Amino acid sequence: MNKPFSMAILFFSLLFLQVFVLNNILFLGYINPYIYIVFVFLYPLKENRFTFLFSCFLLGIFIDFFSDSGGIHAFSILCIAYARLFFVRLYFKKVEADYPFFNLKSESFGKIFNYVTTLTFIHHLIYFSLANFSFYNYSNVLLNTLYSSVFTLLLYFTGTYIFTKSE
Amino acid sequence: MQQLIFFLQKFKNFLFFLLLALISLALTFNNLNFHKSKFVNSANSITGGLFSQASSISEYWSLKSENKLLAEENTRLKNLIEQNSTIIYNFDSIIVDTIKYHQKYTYTTAKITNNNYSKAFNFITINKGKNQSITKEMAVINSKGIIGITDNASSNYARVQSILNRNSKINARLKNSSYFGTLSWNGLEYNTVQLSDIPRQAPLKIGDTIETGGKSTIFPEGILIGTISKVNKGNTADNKVDVLLFNDMSNLGYVQIIKNLDKEEIKNLETQNE
Repeated sequence: MNKPFSMAILFFSLLFLQVFVLNNILFLGYINPYIYIVFVFLYPLKENRFTFLFSCFLLGIFIDFFSDSGGIHAFSILCIAYARLFFVRLYFKKVEADYPFFNLKSESFGKIFNYVTTLTFIHHLIYFSLANFSFYNYSNVLLNTLYSSVFTLLLYFTGTYIFTKSE
Repeated sequence: MQQLIFFLQKFKNFLFFLLLALISLALTFNNLNFHKSKFVNSANSITGGLFSQASSISEYWSLKSENKLLAEENTRLKNLIEQNSTIIYNFDSIIVDTIKYHQKYTYTTAKITNNNYSKAFNFITINKGKNQSITKEMAVINSKGIIGITDNASSNYARVQSILNRNSKINARLKNSSYFGTLSWNGLEYNTVQLSDIPRQAPLKIGDTIETGGKSTIFPEGILIGTISKVNKGNTADNKVDVLLFNDMSNLGYVQIIKNLDKEEIKNLETQNE
């Protein structure tokens, strides 16, 4: 399929899934998965990162519009969007020439797990720290980060398991 | 000059990232400020419209509890009318209906289309806005007690700063003794708020009712808030007590917005003195 078109579909489906379904889960009163960061994992790698950074920023700000949180989602997704390349180099040992051929599905599960888990934890830590906006109750922030990350990762890996075509 | 261009070329991604990050941080800081939250909020026509569509589907699940609330409120109001009518019959005098000639508050009903209660700074979206003469800084209540204060209004929707927001400060008092303090929230549990700065000589008992104090131009006097659930025994500076809310903030349906018709007059008077 056409790449920009499928990315646009992914953008809007993640946005609406997040704000209308997942923001209302509140498991045990406060645990929510933040699955919209999958956009960062699935967006194709390119040397020119302007469109990528900008679309991540837009996704974050749209979610902020719906959840009345200022620019918190935008900031945290932007951070992992910028840090993505560093972790791709770190975990998958890729150089610039490999970027057009990089595909997350063709990598081994262990590497994908490390990559996705690191980015998810970074995103959730930044998000909850900004949402709390003080060092008061910081233990709550860390607990929230841990629980929500586990929830997000669980959802992501079951999602990829279901949506991957079996050979 | 060439080096500057080279620098820009080399760090263009980082600079772009920095620009977007600064924008989002500025929006975050503005959002936490009650008087500046203008841009990113759920009270605009697109998000407000989508939320009202979504809540029109989900409101079917709360019809039963909403009905029960209405019935309870009806009973309470009927009892009030009954009390008044006996006064009229018992005392042989002319009662001037002051409400008719000098109305101080107007009430507007609205439906909650989006409700947050699990974060440190919670906001609620309601489906009435400037077209229904809702502006900022109006009280929002329901039959069980207070909900929050409107902080932003578009033409058809408004955003309410919930009492479960760490920036909320509401004047509140004890029902039996009218000692007053400030009601705020520490961000921990969604059914408990904190009342601070109560004078030390005030008698505090677990189970005492807390209501609004009427010392501000936003909330009328005597709207229920909750009961005292924990009294601090030690000597702390702010003499804080925990208040268990009457309202279940996680399950809200219809609300009333209170407009104070004398607000302008009071504000003018207060600024004259300064």
